[in-house]
Amino acid sequence: MSESPVVPKQNDAATRPGLIRVALQSPSFMIGIVLTLCFTLAALVSFVWTPFDVTQLVISDKLKTPSGLHWFGTDNFGRDIFSMVMVGARTSIAVALIAVSIGICAGVPLGLLAAARHGSLLDEVIMRTNDLVFAFPALLMAIMITAVFGPGAINAIIAIGIFNIPVFARLARGAALSLWTRDYVLAARVSGKGPARISAEHILPNITNLLIVQGTIQFSLGILAEAGLAYVGLGTQPPLPSWGRMLSDAQTMIYIAPHMAIFPGLAIVFTVLGLNLMGDGMRDIFDPKLRRAR
Amino acid sequence: MLPFLIKRLVSLCLSLVAASLVIFFVIEVVPGDPASFMLGMNAEPDTVAALRDSLGLNASIPLRYWQWVSGLLQGEFGTSYTYKVPVRELIADRIWVSLPLAALALLLSTLIAFPVGVIAAARRNSPTDVSIMGVTQLGIAVPNFWFAMLLVMFFAITLRWFSAGGFPGWDAGLFAGLKALTLPAVALALPQASILARVMRSSLLDTLGEDFVRTARAKGLSQRQALWRHALRNALIPVLTIIGLQFSFLLAGAIIIENVFFLPGLGRLVFQGITQRDLIVVKSVIFLLVFAVILVTFIVDMTYAIVDPRLRRARA
Amino acid sequence: MALLEIDKLSLSIRDIPILRDVNLSVEAGQVLGVVGESGSGKSITAMAIMQLLPVGAQWTGSVRLDGRGLEDCSEKDMCGLRGNDIGMVFQEPMTALNPVQTIGEQVAETILVHTGKSRREALQLARQALNRVDLPEEQFPLDRYPHDLSGGQRQRVVIAMAIALRPKLLIADEPTTALDVTTQAQILKLLKGLVEQDGMGLILITHDLAVVAEMADHIAIMKDGEVVEAGETLDLFRRMEHPYTKALFKASSHIPVRNAAHVAERGQSVLEVSKVVRDYPLPRRSLFKAPGHFRAVDHVTLSINRGENVGLVGESGCGKSTLTRAILALDSVQGGEIRLDGSLFSTRGSGPDRDMRRHVQVVFQDPYSSFNPRHRVGRLISEPFFLLDNPPVGEERQRRIDTALENVGLEAADAQKYIHEFSGGQRQRIAIARALIIEPSLIVLDEAVSALDVSIRAQILDLLAELSDRLAISYLFISHDLSVVRAITDRVLVMKSGQIVEEGPTEEVFLNPRHSYTRELLAATPILDEALKAREARAQTG
Repeated sequence: MSESPVVPKQNDAATRPGLIRVALQSPSFMIGIVLTLCFTLAALVSFVWTPFDVTQLVISDKLKTPSGLHWFGTDNFGRDIFSMVMVGARTSIAVALIAVSIGICAGVPLGLLAAARHGSLLDEVIMRTNDLVFAFPALLMAIMITAVFGPGAINAIIAIGIFNIPVFARLARGAALSLWTRDYVLAARVSGKGPARISAEHILPNITNLLIVQGTIQFSLGILAEAGLAYVGLGTQPPLPSWGRMLSDAQTMIYIAPHMAIFPGLAIVFTVLGLNLMGDGMRDIFDPKLRRAR
Repeated sequence: MLPFLIKRLVSLCLSLVAASLVIFFVIEVVPGDPASFMLGMNAEPDTVAALRDSLGLNASIPLRYWQWVSGLLQGEFGTSYTYKVPVRELIADRIWVSLPLAALALLLSTLIAFPVGVIAAARRNSPTDVSIMGVTQLGIAVPNFWFAMLLVMFFAITLRWFSAGGFPGWDAGLFAGLKALTLPAVALALPQASILARVMRSSLLDTLGEDFVRTARAKGLSQRQALWRHALRNALIPVLTIIGLQFSFLLAGAIIIENVFFLPGLGRLVFQGITQRDLIVVKSVIFLLVFAVILVTFIVDMTYAIVDPRLRRARA
Repeated sequence: MALLEIDKLSLSIRDIPILRDVNLSVEAGQVLGVVGESGSGKSITAMAIMQLLPVGAQWTGSVRLDGRGLEDCSEKDMCGLRGNDIGMVFQEPMTALNPVQTIGEQVAETILVHTGKSRREALQLARQALNRVDLPEEQFPLDRYPHDLSGGQRQRVVIAMAIALRPKLLIADEPTTALDVTTQAQILKLLKGLVEQDGMGLILITHDLAVVAEMADHIAIMKDGEVVEAGETLDLFRRMEHPYTKALFKASSHIPVRNAAHVAERGQSVLEVSKVVRDYPLPRRSLFKAPGHFRAVDHVTLSINRGENVGLVGESGCGKSTLTRAILALDSVQGGEIRLDGSLFSTRGSGPDRDMRRHVQVVFQDPYSSFNPRHRVGRLISEPFFLLDNPPVGEERQRRIDTALENVGLEAADAQKYIHEFSGGQRQRIAIARALIIEPSLIVLDEAVSALDVSIRAQILDLLAELSDRLAISYLFISHDLSVVRAITDRVLVMKSGQIVEEGPTEEVFLNPRHSYTRELLAATPILDEALKAREARAQTG
């Protein structure tokens, strides 16, 4: 009932030109994107070239400390750790990317559906199911799946993916619900448009920013989760190198070869850091009003 | 307050039933015949039949579910197939490692995060704030098990202040027990504390921008007084949500950290259960952990009502 | 010497100038009305007096309270002044109170911060302050939480906090803008009474000339960070030297020119609402009892003829928004029927089909949330084409978009722009273009001018009147603002608690209200001319 001028509520910024210029001025976004690009590049290059063959065991070269030849040293089987980190990037990125895609592809439609049918039984069922899935942290889910199907990268993907579904469903529903009360959605309803069309035309395009930011953050959480699962033997299996398993191998050598533990760990830290910085940076760019930290 | 409590209690029970159904379905129905799964491919048909019998697998699926759940209600999880002892005993031994570890980590994480988050918010955009934000950004990125390994390298191997792993048991004294849990708890707590501190900061900054804080300032309160007396309690609501969520992460994290420090907790039990295909152990431990997560969510909901008077009536 | 003296106050935020050479003064026991449209700098002036400025604000000049220069006060000194010597009341009572503290604690805090009194004494004084703002103990004990109170009651609590220590100066920044007219009248009366009792100075900031004409002893008109004209209230209105003051005055009581004869000529009925019922389910109180419901619209009957403008007025919660949503078929009805152009539009259990929907379009209140920010204006205003079986394509589509834009005073080229390139008033024009494009019989205007500044509001009202006359469109004009309804409608309906309590030709209802509620509403509505006349009369007799 306010008669005063209304404060702009929408973040028009995202549609304005000059977004790229704003991005270039955000240090966290720039650091983030550089780190992320580095690791993506390493993963891609590892398909065609690595300094050493990661499947070849050279026992005579085992446990070498970092040198000009082996930048990150070698492990207890004489494999080059730098090469393994490169291939490990591939595993991490693949697992996390597929898991996040599962979360988005299943979660976003569910969330939009729940919002479109807000207050209905369907909404209630979707949200209660979400709550239920939330009670199973990815690790527990992975343990259950592994107990029955045996360990493997696929299980890790499924477990992390399932855990991502309610994350995106809740985000999409929450954001969509606030848009459904916007007058432009009411105007579209007055123009006879149905819930599906409104969701596609008016809701989804206006929540993509949020989804991209959350996607980046879930991506980084996925990398952490994959590393954890691989570390306890529930994720990627040998001979494919993965950062988590490299660390579990390193643990047995911790007294004699600490370098084995350092580099894969740093790889995880910098990748996750890069993604998080990128996500935070994007959030600031999309919505300068909301300089929220996670 | 009472209708609110009843409503939450009903939803707690429904969640538990749903969770037990999921666990039962995945572990007992999906593998087809759990008995032959547990014995492996080369088992004699006689042995499989005997195990089927002792597991009660000849009954129908709903009846088996009912038997399992009614057992749970009486505190009976069944008998471990490999250890040949009641799972209840196995769990009772180990829960006194895992639970104190998670609780200690939660306590540490909260104790660190609160002051850090408040300081960062109170000195927004100062060098202190910027460095706190930088450190927490790093803290979020560090996997806890790797951080645990670094702690072992530094405090156990180099400085020799702590042992690198193992647990002497609470019989060895409270101090010895706590000492053995210190490094694992720190490893678990710091990454979580980073997240919590950031949530605390942003929630507090949001609240500081609210109209009622301006009203408080107009009354003559200083910025600091307005923060402590008005903003803080209102800022706690999102923070509580995160603390609730963190408990489940801490439980899961504890399973991994127990591996780094060779602690005889639930995590070790469940991993042994997996390698030995002891589905009864796996099922029981999972249910227990999920139960803990749901229970904590319930407690957090109750805490909301204490913090926020609106909920005591409105949601009832 | 005046109580508050502001001399050449200039202020900038991050080097963007906001205020320029503002001079104001307030005497003890007097009311200064500060009037201006959005962006005039009236609120920031208040915050400068409180020294609660946003980060990056810098100011020069002098602000003297009782002879003491605030420019020399440290932050600690200011904490001693705020709440003690200067009290402040804000616009939005719903968010101005801490939701997790009782009202008693919040009022007592003012006293505890400034005096060495014990908690018990402070609570006693808080009680007295609440009594003074007409929140008696029986209904409003100290341990009530803000969420138990209505907007008007919360505003009283905020006032109690501000006056608990009997400050010398009270600043009220749009204190009644978020409230209904009857509540506004009560709050204004309360403020006036407090000023007289305590001999306080009051700065009343508002966008509403009628309010200051009733309340203020002196007036300052602000525009773009400057005081363009100031003086004793009657003098100022008599002189009106500055063109902006004149424009503001004209816009405030603007009545668009209309061709009133047209209604009778086109006598067919466009909208017929008969005995419509709209129920909301209430939250379930018990697991065993079926949830009750709240009847928001209770057997409402109304009709609108072709080319007729009908106003629907009422305070918040009276059911007018719910009725609007039912007429637009955004919600289903629980009883009665709605007919458009003679055919059944919606009734219990059935809504309109696409063909039927063509007959009605809508313009909403908030120009900022009415458009999808990702679409161009051309696409935005052509959205209703979705209702047509053969929507125009290519050149024909372009032509109709151009016509619609030109009809509302915009240019065809604007179709290529995004919505953020337009101001609030222009956006409202675009909203009207969107409603016009499929030539509906009825346009529902839901508080369509309420969010606009008076000068823009006058332009939009002119546009609406002109379109209605030229295109024979009917309007259902929903508003809480009686003066706007009086300016544009032929007939008016007064709604209260879900029912239409009075109906009749607009002028007749305004001159001779029959229902007591209508009289109450009219009495509470500040009207510029009448306030000035009353003032003249007082000036002559006094």
